[in-house]
Amino acid sequence: MVGNLLLRGMLVGVIAGLLAFGFARVFGEPEIDSAIAFEELMTKTDTPAHAVPHSHGAGGMHTHGEASEAELVSRVTQAGLGLLTGVVVYGAAIGGLFALVFAFAYGRVGQLGARATAALLALGAYVAIVLVPNIKYPANPPAVGNPNTLGSRTELFFLMIVVAVAALTLAVALAQRLRARLGTWNAAIVAGVTFAVFIAIVQYALPSVDEVPNQFSADVLWRFRTASLGIHAVLWTTIGLLFGALTERSMAARFGQPIAARPIGR
Amino acid sequence: MTDIVLAPHTRPVPVPVGEIMPWAVFGSLLLLVAIYFVGAEQGATSLIPGMYVHEFLHDGRHLLGFPCH
Repeated sequence: MVGNLLLRGMLVGVIAGLLAFGFARVFGEPEIDSAIAFEELMTKTDTPAHAVPHSHGAGGMHTHGEASEAELVSRVTQAGLGLLTGVVVYGAAIGGLFALVFAFAYGRVGQLGARATAALLALGAYVAIVLVPNIKYPANPPAVGNPNTLGSRTELFFLMIVVAVAALTLAVALAQRLRARLGTWNAAIVAGVTFAVFIAIVQYALPSVDEVPNQFSADVLWRFRTASLGIHAVLWTTIGLLFGALTERSMAARFGQPIAARPIGR
Repeated sequence: MTDIVLAPHTRPVPVPVGEIMPWAVFGSLLLLVAIYFVGAEQGATSLIPGMYVHEFLHDGRHLLGFPCH
């Protein structure tokens, strides 16, 4: 049964990834192209900013333009098959992990059915994995970000995800404990405010990343970052709603107790 | 049969942890490796020499928000 859920989650993730790829093509790629054009302009004019295109170590040719001789992967492939592979593999992985957490959460977090559990779980995952980390460490287009700080930026980014996921899990546990005393609404409010205050303190304390080149278009940056949030929104919305719809019946049949036949006193 | 069910007729029963655990261990290992390859291989860290993986997944990495370079 759980293996079946895992497989279903991964398949739903693939479908979500395909939809997210469509979104990324339409809303993300134009901004990447703008950023690469900016990057090339900086190279040509030889601007001594940290906007200078990244070269990774010895012999690491990392150039995006058609003009470069040592191009490993063409822009067409990067924006087509490469993007598709990345988003779909990511979607499948996220979908599978989602299914495993769903198997734990179902019947343990309130008395919610499969669809409500899946929808709320996806919403929570979007907040903890995408929204909260992105507020502090947003997605960066090409030409933004100093290659020398890549290591520390990656650590901070994943640290933020781990902290947000742990904090949200604890907040849900807190709400569960307070529910008997405060009622569902008030327990959820107390837990939600606790989560928000905790995240605010953590984000205030963690170091900021300030690496956008001076001349980089603020509009391109904004559109790139909202496109990134949109891609994740498409992914998580599809996973949450589709997984719930496909799982409702089998979960109720295998892990559902008929309400009429419920023993007295439970 | 054609009724729209607003109130479910069953209450959810938790899936036993023992039934979840083997799949959770197997699945999360496999899937975290997949996310690592999409997000960080030949970027922040590198197992395979070269830049092909990085360049191939370049756009997805940027748009999914992984620190790319």
